[in-house]
Amino acid sequence: MTEIDPQEDNNAETETNSAIPSDQTMYEVPISNSRGQTILHPDRDQYLDTIKKLSEDGFKVCIDVTAVDYLENPERDLPNSISPERFEVVINLLSHQKKERLRLRIQVPESDPVISSIFDFYPGSEALEREVYDLFGIEFEGHPDPTRILMPENWNGHPLRKDYDAGAIPVQFKNAPGAG
Amino acid sequence: MTPVPYRSNLRMLPELGEVTSMTQNETTLESEIADRVFRRGEDSAILRMSESEIQAYKPQDDRRMVVNMGPQHPSTHGVLRLSLEMEGETVIRSKPIIGYLHTGMEKTGEQLSYLQGATNVTRMDYSSPLFSELAFSLATEKLLEIEVPERAKWIRMLMCELNRISSHLLFQATNGMDIGAVGAMIYGWREREEVLRLLEKITGLRMNHNFIRPGGVAADLPDGWRDDTLQILSNLPERLEDFDGLFTGQPIWHERLQGVGVINSEECLALGVTGPLLRSTGYAWDLRKDMPYLHYDQVDFDVLVGTYGDCFDRFAIRLNEIRESIRIVYQILEKMPSGDYRTQDKKITPPPRTRIDESMEALIHHFKIFTEGFKVPAGEVYVAVESPRGELGCYIVSDGGPKPYRMHIRGPSFTNLQVLPHMLQNALVADAVAVISTVDPIMGEVDR
Amino acid sequence: MPNVPFLGDTSRVADEGLEGLDHNFLTGKIEDLVKWSRTRSMWPATFGLACCALEMMATGAAHYDLARWGMEVFRASPRQADLMIVAGRVSQKMAPILRQVYDQMMEPKWVISMGVCASSGGMFNNYALVQGVDQIVPVDVYAPGCPPGPETLMHAILQLHEKIESGEITRRRDQRDGGAGIIVEQRDGQTATQMIIGQRGQDQ
Repeated sequence: MTEIDPQEDNNAETETNSAIPSDQTMYEVPISNSRGQTILHPDRDQYLDTIKKLSEDGFKVCIDVTAVDYLENPERDLPNSISPERFEVVINLLSHQKKERLRLRIQVPESDPVISSIFDFYPGSEALEREVYDLFGIEFEGHPDPTRILMPENWNGHPLRKDYDAGAIPVQFKNAPGAG
Repeated sequence: MTPVPYRSNLRMLPELGEVTSMTQNETTLESEIADRVFRRGEDSAILRMSESEIQAYKPQDDRRMVVNMGPQHPSTHGVLRLSLEMEGETVIRSKPIIGYLHTGMEKTGEQLSYLQGATNVTRMDYSSPLFSELAFSLATEKLLEIEVPERAKWIRMLMCELNRISSHLLFQATNGMDIGAVGAMIYGWREREEVLRLLEKITGLRMNHNFIRPGGVAADLPDGWRDDTLQILSNLPERLEDFDGLFTGQPIWHERLQGVGVINSEECLALGVTGPLLRSTGYAWDLRKDMPYLHYDQVDFDVLVGTYGDCFDRFAIRLNEIRESIRIVYQILEKMPSGDYRTQDKKITPPPRTRIDESMEALIHHFKIFTEGFKVPAGEVYVAVESPRGELGCYIVSDGGPKPYRMHIRGPSFTNLQVLPHMLQNALVADAVAVISTVDPIMGEVDR
Repeated sequence: MPNVPFLGDTSRVADEGLEGLDHNFLTGKIEDLVKWSRTRSMWPATFGLACCALEMMATGAAHYDLARWGMEVFRASPRQADLMIVAGRVSQKMAPILRQVYDQMMEPKWVISMGVCASSGGMFNNYALVQGVDQIVPVDVYAPGCPPGPETLMHAILQLHEKIESGEITRRRDQRDGGAGIIVEQRDGQTATQMIIGQRGQDQ
């Protein structure tokens, strides 16, 4: 079982995959590689432009919009020019012509959890972005319907954040001392 | 016994086209514009209001009203709630409201080890649980960078195709019942029970099998599986002819399904819709053919597309996908190799139970794997498979520990449901049930 | 031969018609008649939520026919239903609706909690699920399994029928001040083998 040293991917000089050009950017955005899958890392400001370029370049299907809360794992492999934040919004795109997938990871800080919505490029992201808002609390600017989708509307808190407890109730056994 | 490959019987379905791979579809016809899905305002098909706003909403026009459908209603698609703004019997805008089956499975996935993870994801798409397990296992194996043995891959393909057959039969049953032919439940379940019996013989359970695990499959195929499978395959085509006779050629089916719930391929692509929904619009995209995983490039099958993007096309595609799956299973029966059914890597696969009494090492490995779990190196990966509903993907982020840091399943029904308001616009409310049933959402993977 | 309860020996009916009956009066306690009629043709309300719903549909289908007991009609309207089979996991959002449907059912009504998610929260001990439907509605029979196969569900239904007919159910309901809380054994999967070879006892 081989282990990939996360430090190796951060090094901009190493060529990790022949499909990635040696200047290590694609669509003017730094990239990284994980198990042979290319990942783009745009800034929040570059985000919409990158999406625009990708959607014009054949990536016509937005497969998935999700997010990850890196509260408990701040060390992860990122290109050197990107500074890690608490949240990452992950977009998965698919090009039917090239039969390729591309992933984008955008860093979103905890203090200002706002990012633009890609509804105008991919209307299918509407429900997916609502789910990210519901479960993580990341707001999408320009989203047509920013309401909760999975939890009840008056729910407090964002369940998939790492500081939100899973809410496990200890199991009460029959005839146990002190049990109800 | 030489298996006879069964070719799709398409003579009853003259509209259905057959393509073997994706065609470069660059020209966009007039009807193929995706304009309406981009609309944001009052002219959109989606009733964009929160639940409390919908309750308080009083339409300006006297003839309009907002009617609530669900979440508990006899159309057996689980707990989907639809708010329909109707003018008389015509639906103007609608909004699917989900979340009534939200189980926090992604949060639970962070608490379970990778070996236990399959028990969690399998309950998302409960009609075709093996596909969720497959996506999760493929993602874990990609993170671990291990290869599963050949026999394991072929067993996985066999199980998945059998599951596709049982899921599409379930669709036939529930679709029939929703249209009104309550007897369709009996017909669909009759065949499904046979497939489930075979799955129970192989995996031990009728549903939610937890059979496809990272590293291979949980157990080898039992004795006599070949005969059982051949028996099912030889019985099915004749029973599918029954379905054809009862449903496909029937005028009631034509009236209720043809021309209902029309969507075009540009709209589907813009919404991220995949699976039989996308293929019914004439766009041939099937992950098994276009981005093959396991050994789908070594079996011969067709990708079925429709022409009009209506409910009838979707019904016909699912019926014929059963026939294509039968064809694939015959080929798998021929090509099944012998060998290990799971990887022999001791750090990942628990040892056989008998060895635990003999070897201290085996005991320790067993203990570590089942209590702590095997560690997966850090990284992130997204893997997708073609489930009966569309592209089912699994995104796992690992931090080097024994449990996933983040486990996300891209459920096809979640994205496919977005197509519902557009299909229902200017349709009669009686068609709403037919449309929902051909979209075939499984609420477990919508809400997770 | 057919010695029907209440009517006695009915073997001469084929030749003599109704004259062949020993007595054509039926006497019995009203209580017994009421219990008998409550057990027969108990219509379930559709409350299939998740995976257990598929097994519930399988129980209603031809293979494991529920129509033998007159129960194949799953009534959509709770007003017409007697039995609510909560099949599947109940999320926080669904809980008020569950209670609303239960309240709309007419007395006498019974609840079977099908599957482990409905009985106790199942494998999902987290924020999103109600940990056991008995926090919302009084449950009469708990059917374990994930999902319980059709045989287990039928066993649960038949246990319910038996307990209603014997009057046990009202006694238990009074005792527990809520639902009867009968737990049935799983009749498929591993436990089935143990029952066949005699290692597990019958349930209460």
